[in-house]
Amino acid sequence: MSTHPDTDGGHTRDEGVAVVIDSVTKHFGDVEALRGFNADIHYGRLTGLVGPDGAGKTTLMRIMTGLLVPNGGSVTLAGFDVVEDNDAIHIASGYMPQRFGLYEDLSVMENMRLYARLRGMDADQHSDIFKSLLEFTRLGPFTKRLAGKLSGGMKQKLGLACALMAKPRVLLLDEPSVGVDPVSRQDLWRMVQALTDDGMAVVWSTAYLDEAERCESVLLLNEGKLEFDGPPQELTDRIKQRSFRLTGVSDERRDLLSRALDLGSVGDGVIQGDAVRVVLRDGAGREEIDALADEVGAQLEPVQPRFEDAFIDLLGGGPGGTSALAERIDSVKLDSEIAVSCKELTKRFGDFTATDSVSFEVGRGEIFGLLGPNGAGKSTTFKMLCGLLKPTDGEAHVVGHDLRRATGAAKSQLGYMAQKFSLYGLLTVRQNLEFSAGVYGLEGGTKRQRIEEMIETFDLKQYLSTSPDSLPLGYKQRLALACSLMHRPPVLFLDEPTSGVDPITRREFWTHINGLARKGVTVMVTTHFMDEAEYCDRVAMMYRAKLIALDTPDALKRDSRSDKHPDPTMEDAFIHLIESAELDDAASADAQAAA
Amino acid sequence: MRRLINTFANARLRAQIVKELLSILRDPRSRLIVFMPPLMQLFIFTFATTLEVRNAHIAVLDQDAGQWSQEMVARVGAADFVSEVHTVRSRDELRELIDGRKVIAALDMGPDFSRDIAAEGTGTAQVIVDGRRSNAGQITVAYLNAIAAEVGTAARKEPQGASPVVVRHWFNPNLIYRWFVVPALSGILVFFSALMITALSIARERELGTFDQLLVSPTTTLEIIVAKTMPALAIGAVLGLMMIAAARFAFGVPFEGSFGLLLPSLLLFILSVVGIGLMISSVSATQQQAILGSFAIGVPAVLMSGFATPVENMPTVLQWMAQAIPLKHFLVIVEGTFLKAMPASDIIANTWPLAVIALVTLTMATLFVRGRLQ
Repeated sequence: MSTHPDTDGGHTRDEGVAVVIDSVTKHFGDVEALRGFNADIHYGRLTGLVGPDGAGKTTLMRIMTGLLVPNGGSVTLAGFDVVEDNDAIHIASGYMPQRFGLYEDLSVMENMRLYARLRGMDADQHSDIFKSLLEFTRLGPFTKRLAGKLSGGMKQKLGLACALMAKPRVLLLDEPSVGVDPVSRQDLWRMVQALTDDGMAVVWSTAYLDEAERCESVLLLNEGKLEFDGPPQELTDRIKQRSFRLTGVSDERRDLLSRALDLGSVGDGVIQGDAVRVVLRDGAGREEIDALADEVGAQLEPVQPRFEDAFIDLLGGGPGGTSALAERIDSVKLDSEIAVSCKELTKRFGDFTATDSVSFEVGRGEIFGLLGPNGAGKSTTFKMLCGLLKPTDGEAHVVGHDLRRATGAAKSQLGYMAQKFSLYGLLTVRQNLEFSAGVYGLEGGTKRQRIEEMIETFDLKQYLSTSPDSLPLGYKQRLALACSLMHRPPVLFLDEPTSGVDPITRREFWTHINGLARKGVTVMVTTHFMDEAEYCDRVAMMYRAKLIALDTPDALKRDSRSDKHPDPTMEDAFIHLIESAELDDAASADAQAAA
Repeated sequence: MRRLINTFANARLRAQIVKELLSILRDPRSRLIVFMPPLMQLFIFTFATTLEVRNAHIAVLDQDAGQWSQEMVARVGAADFVSEVHTVRSRDELRELIDGRKVIAALDMGPDFSRDIAAEGTGTAQVIVDGRRSNAGQITVAYLNAIAAEVGTAARKEPQGASPVVVRHWFNPNLIYRWFVVPALSGILVFFSALMITALSIARERELGTFDQLLVSPTTTLEIIVAKTMPALAIGAVLGLMMIAAARFAFGVPFEGSFGLLLPSLLLFILSVVGIGLMISSVSATQQQAILGSFAIGVPAVLMSGFATPVENMPTVLQWMAQAIPLKHFLVIVEGTFLKAMPASDIIANTWPLAVIALVTLTMATLFVRGRLQ
């Protein structure tokens, strides 16, 4: 499986092997990061190193650049052994770590000159290289700006420019798309494409499985094992004829997903806007799903399989559709149908306006998504809605309570789950549960009962006296959810709840969220994952502190339909919205200039 | 006031206090920060750090070898602070010993030393001191002076056989260094422990993201501050009482004053330090910043507290600043309580500044935490 015929537009390319990975193993203490596998990486090709967090991607990257010594096996890069010819590796390879070592207090140009000198190049002699790199990365207009003041996407581009300085033969990019909005991400893809066309071997590591589909070849890692090696198409072909979409069920789609996932023949399923997408298990027939579709009056149509579906299938399918959590809680009843609302919400930090008069209302039981590129103001808006920031202007209400005046009352009505889970690592799992119950004022019998319920629901018994830090990721997420729901809030705030979480854990999480929404819990969520936006009833898109769109995911996708994208994804819709917002800005600027 | 009482009675606060205590006691690093420095400092300060000179090596160049010079050498050799007398034969040898740091001082008596004393009743001996060790050197010279005075007295054969001037030190008649240091240490240790515990507390939560989790809950800023105060107050009080007990029972420092007055002073002192710690913590984004911040404030505070140098000797501006240092006031109280049975009125005169500092710093900390919400 190590060589694949590559037919790309007919022109022949250097098909030599750039990197040979030979049964390489690496462990850190008891943790097995790499469990020994073989793979080849080729010149002139974009190879995706794909897998969830903790799969061993970064470890493999650092071994390939000679920064780590493997415990067993060997890696050869551009003909040099990474351990024995360590010095040669540094010349042959360019490496961009997750957080590229940019000097934030130096300007773009100063950073580039520094990296040129570190590579032993005379910066003055190579103005042509600088010029072409600046042109390539479109950073030309920003050479004097401090690196610390660049956006996430621009930082990555500058990092890429620095890594490309010495014209490496192998370019290793460790999660280059993290913290980069879809527009900048497209730029990165374009640049990498140009590099592979010139014959460079580029390795792009990512936890976003949808990115794998854009790579020519993929190494799929999971828990230190190589699960798949080959073109992504080959993996998705395995589940051909097994992916379906159920449409025409918009109101009952969460219920339908839950029932579909409980069927024995369905291995995986997600919500996609108004539709439900399911993947049948290998060898399973259509009968069950057909019957279900007939029963609820949905149309069943076969669809193109996705890489993520294939990955879940490879791992034996996702979790079931019933949320033990949602089963237990009572339906939420509110006096009004509006759970969260904000009016002309504005936040200024000095001269900078982070949120500019944003207004919307969120209904009871709605899943409401806040999307936007980095720095667009979605975090600021989100923080004002859950009382972490005080608005400069305008007002925000949670279940009818003004967050400014009735702070305590409003706060007791909301649950909050932060990015990276925010659990007390110094306390045990039980102590964490007890603390979150106590801090919401639960006492005595109620407190004991709720804690026992959560332990049972989330199957936490075996971990009660361990620290949350040593829990498996999935359990950590369960515990965080348990803590935020201890006081049964009618509104739940989720701040990037699944970043860095593997797709199976993510599915389990959404099963709970869907279940909660069906019980009338209102869910506010910010996310980077575009397919997570599909779970939302409505999505608010923020750009440059303003709300530029607010609609259902399907409507947003529909609006961005064009000849280029007849069936746009959420990401296409996102890019379309931002581009048209920029056009509007430019047009109004022109109009002002003309006047 | 009712709000304060309600604050103490509710479940939210209890949960937070338990959480704070567990975070300190379950964290090996916190335990180290809280309990190691006291033990180490107790040993270092009491056994190693001393302003007295002991185990000194002294060189003697006796060119006279007469009655009085031998008397001098014998008395130096018998003195408590001298561990060894090096007898040398030449100035070069003497210089070598000083240069090589073998001796701290040298006594050089000329060939006429005994004759002069016999003839005129007074003689001149030269003392050469290693100026690189100026502090210990000066003290050694003072000791040698005292010995010379004794020899002088003996030479004059005066009937009373005593020095004309007698200095008598009140409260610590033998000037036992530990009597001064150990009670002061209780203040310094409590100061650093309470400062570190509280300086880390908010910064740790902010670094790990749990602070946001706390802020979205219905708990109030006052509750957060109270919850973070309690463990530091408890641990600080235990440490302080342990040190006071060690001073009294292990080191035998006389305890003349009232324990009933010392205890509330100790608690107020800790409260004022907790306020400073929480102020540092509420403006720090990371634990590293908090540690740097508490050293930046803590070290000058100890230096200006009157532990090392008397506050009265500092420039006026610094004396004013020293009034804002809780340790300065507590040192007066604890030294006074141990050695001189300080009366209640004097203790109160030093306690109310502590109350003011505690009030100001705790209010500031509350405002800073609340300010973060803006």
